[in-house]
Amino acid sequence: MATALWVKIDGEHAVRTLGEIREKLNGDQGEIVLDFSCIRQITPPAVQALEDLATATDHSPVRIVLHRVNVDVYKVLKLMKLAPRFSYLN
Amino acid sequence: MTITSEVAQHRIRVPHEREPEHSEGATLRRREATHETSEQTPVLSPERIAYLEGLVKQARTAAAVFTQFAQEDVDRIVKPMVLAGLEQAQYLARLAVEETKLGVLEDKSLKNMVATEFVYNYVKDKRTVGAIREVPERGVIEVAEPIGVIFSLTPITNPTSTVLFKCIMAIKTRNAVIFSPHPNAWHCCKEAVRIMYEKALQYGAPQGVFSCLESHTLEDNAYLMHHKDIGLIDATGGPGVVKAAYSSGKPALGVGAGNTPVYLEKTADLNMAVVDIITSKTFDNGTICASEQTVVIDDEIYELVLKKFADLGAHICTPKETDLLARTVIDPETGYMNPNAVGQKATDIARMVGLAVKPNTKLLITSIQGVGREHPLSLEKLFPVLSVFRAKSAEQALRICVDVNHAGGLGHTAVVFSRNDEIIRKFGEVINAGRVIVNSPGSIGAFGGIYNDMVPTFSFGCGTGGGNSTTDNVNVYHYLNIKRMARRTQAHMWFRVPNQIYFNMNAVENLRKLSSRSTIVITNPYMEQMGHVDTVRRHLPAETLVHVSVIPDAEPEAKVIMQGVEALNFYKADQIIALGGGSVIDAAKIMKLKYESPEADLEELAAPFMDWRKRVVEYPKKKVCQARLVAISTTSGTGSEVTPFAVMTDKERGRKVTLADYSLTPDVAIVDPQFVMSMPKGLTADTGIDCLTHALEAAVSIYASPYTDSNAMQAIRLVFKYLPVAYEHPGDEEARSMMHNAACIAAIAFSNAAVGVNHALAHSFGARFGVAHGRANALMLPHVIAFNASVPTKFMPSPNQRGYVAHKKYATIADLLGLGGSTTDQKVKNLVSATEQLLDRLAIPRSIADLGISREDFELALPDLARIAFDDPSWRSNPRMPLVSELVELFWCAYRGRSAAKHVVGSQMQSA
Repeated sequence: MATALWVKIDGEHAVRTLGEIREKLNGDQGEIVLDFSCIRQITPPAVQALEDLATATDHSPVRIVLHRVNVDVYKVLKLMKLAPRFSYLN
Repeated sequence: MTITSEVAQHRIRVPHEREPEHSEGATLRRREATHETSEQTPVLSPERIAYLEGLVKQARTAAAVFTQFAQEDVDRIVKPMVLAGLEQAQYLARLAVEETKLGVLEDKSLKNMVATEFVYNYVKDKRTVGAIREVPERGVIEVAEPIGVIFSLTPITNPTSTVLFKCIMAIKTRNAVIFSPHPNAWHCCKEAVRIMYEKALQYGAPQGVFSCLESHTLEDNAYLMHHKDIGLIDATGGPGVVKAAYSSGKPALGVGAGNTPVYLEKTADLNMAVVDIITSKTFDNGTICASEQTVVIDDEIYELVLKKFADLGAHICTPKETDLLARTVIDPETGYMNPNAVGQKATDIARMVGLAVKPNTKLLITSIQGVGREHPLSLEKLFPVLSVFRAKSAEQALRICVDVNHAGGLGHTAVVFSRNDEIIRKFGEVINAGRVIVNSPGSIGAFGGIYNDMVPTFSFGCGTGGGNSTTDNVNVYHYLNIKRMARRTQAHMWFRVPNQIYFNMNAVENLRKLSSRSTIVITNPYMEQMGHVDTVRRHLPAETLVHVSVIPDAEPEAKVIMQGVEALNFYKADQIIALGGGSVIDAAKIMKLKYESPEADLEELAAPFMDWRKRVVEYPKKKVCQARLVAISTTSGTGSEVTPFAVMTDKERGRKVTLADYSLTPDVAIVDPQFVMSMPKGLTADTGIDCLTHALEAAVSIYASPYTDSNAMQAIRLVFKYLPVAYEHPGDEEARSMMHNAACIAAIAFSNAAVGVNHALAHSFGARFGVAHGRANALMLPHVIAFNASVPTKFMPSPNQRGYVAHKKYATIADLLGLGGSTTDQKVKNLVSATEQLLDRLAIPRSIADLGISREDFELALPDLARIAFDDPSWRSNPRMPLVSELVELFWCAYRGRSAAKHVVGSQMQSA
């Protein structure tokens, strides 16, 4: 895994993309920026994928940064208690 | 029947939570008893916990995702769900009847249709997402916030219709629901949930929005009721379910059992009433908890009503049959309904009991002689057995209805048939029921939207009588948190002045224009000695009869007021002329009040208040007579000739009574400087500073407005310019005239903007040490300016001000007076200095100490001074809320004196 990675998340492939990122985590130190600027709404499977990703990085040195998360999606993360598990970049 | 054994297996306890006064209702139980939750710590296998956690997680995710949906998204889902429910109404009804063995297929089908079509008709245009209601004139917007995950228990009696109803409500409000159906209605409910869920998903609802417990146990219910991620428990069912829901510590909607009394009053349309009652009581074989249980019939129509029932297919039981029924369908030991009877046809019940009835019998009617456990048939019967009671009078009928209501039906439903509005209203008053159905069927009427305009529902709130949090027909608004956004509103302000103000030298001549048959002049001995009374008398029209009432030159006492009122009555006065200073004018104001409104209770009218517009007491509007009040002021300070205030002394109780109301404002003010030309120097100084204090406090008051500012500023300018001249050259007509105007103008300002902490301090200090009001004000004034100009320890709530402005107002005043300074701080300091210089020029003592008050006496008095000042209402309009410790500090500043005192209490405001 590269030490810095910028991934654009789109609504259609969000679950697959997030799953791929999780699978590629290999314990390297670094930062993954997930660009949510295209995501207007998040679906239950995407929420689950985000949770799985957060769980996978819980004990790894990788930092997941969510970029441009709109407030509606942020509220979903907050309700799911996922919000504190990520960093945010505007 | 298999139900009986299942019921027995599931029943774990019999709560007696209803009817604290009457045991009959409390012991009544029906099959919803099987649908309780265990209050003990749930014992669940790890697999079961994982299963339940999975359901909650799925619902929580769905609910969270749902928050992103707009109103259009939600409405797009609801309509096809409703159509699916309508299409499957008969199918689901059949499932329900087959599984529960209760009720009537056709009626259950109808219930499913009501639960979809009627509920949709109610909710379709309702906003349930985002801003749902705006009240622009109040600046309030109501915004919907979903609840999240709802844990919903559904009953055996209305199984599928309740599920359909709750699914529609949940989607409309963006909530997820986990259903826990009654175990004996589980399959049909699960199917109803499936139909709703699949249709909702098809139209975009989040996955997991509905789920249904698989073969649940009581422990499942207990686990979910206490789960941290369940936002609301919506329990429709018997008392056990309701109690468990409310006992969980979660927000809950728990709606349950009833015992519907019906009063069939002699003026009613009997044909309509009998048909309605039969329709309602036989609907779904009487399983609806709002259905009629006991009909109380007036004696005059009793026989006729029974005949009509019999003609339409009811079997009127003999006393022997009634006794047999009572012992069979209600358990005499417990008061419970026989579960084998619940939801069964009348003919089946008759067969069960051993009664011979016609094959087409719809209803069994039993006559009862009383209400309660000893009369089992007076209790709830969810089957087509109806009790009737023959009432000898309307009073007795109402009493029996109350008894039935209290025998297990508190808060639920009641019915009255009558054409007598008085009877209908009385029934509504004495019966505790969330739904009082008038001239229509109870069960179908209670649903709402069919026989009346109530909200369609399948959950009847029973209020506190039924251990519920609501008496409403539960609807979408109970599935929402409604947030209220309240915009800052500016209170409506006012600016009120007397109708007529005449000013300048010889303004008294205007008295000629005021026609009067009988005038009383209220004055003090000094005015009479000075010849001022004669001056007034000379200027009154020739036809006016004039009487003079001389009162002491002191704050008026109640006795003096009442003597004045006697005189007004004796002479039938139509005009009162108050000639004097504040005390005389105040006395005249109160005399006028009591003269015109003898019933006015001065003690009550003096009650404290915070806001003129919201005060508790109202000044009398009814007047037995009317008199014009003309105020001619003879000092240039109080401005009482234009104020709505009056102070009197209640010697008996040893206290002051302060009255404040615009109705006290004199009708005419005459501001004629001829009456102040001879004012002594000391009085000129004291009253002049009183006027300055009025203006300065009005300028920084939280009620200040551009209207009051213009008056306050002008008064301040006039005082600084003319007060020294009037003091040093008492004969200077222009200075006297301008100071007289200044006092009136400042009074107009503070009549509308009020005063502040300076007056609170001065009232307290002046009363304790016998110091004239104006002089007491003067001792505090520079310190109060500095105090208000500094950063407040506590701000005064002031919706009409945008930020803290007192220091800026003082700076504006300094500019107006041409005092110089380039910053706000400098300007405030210059204003304080200019005020001190003015006080020096008027030879006003520099400190409390200079008055000859010893430090020991002052220190001894200080706690009381501070306490009384804090109780004084004057400071409530001050821009800075004073702490008691700050009042003490201000008193100390005044004791040490100007220049010697460190003015600022707190830090300096930053310059703007």
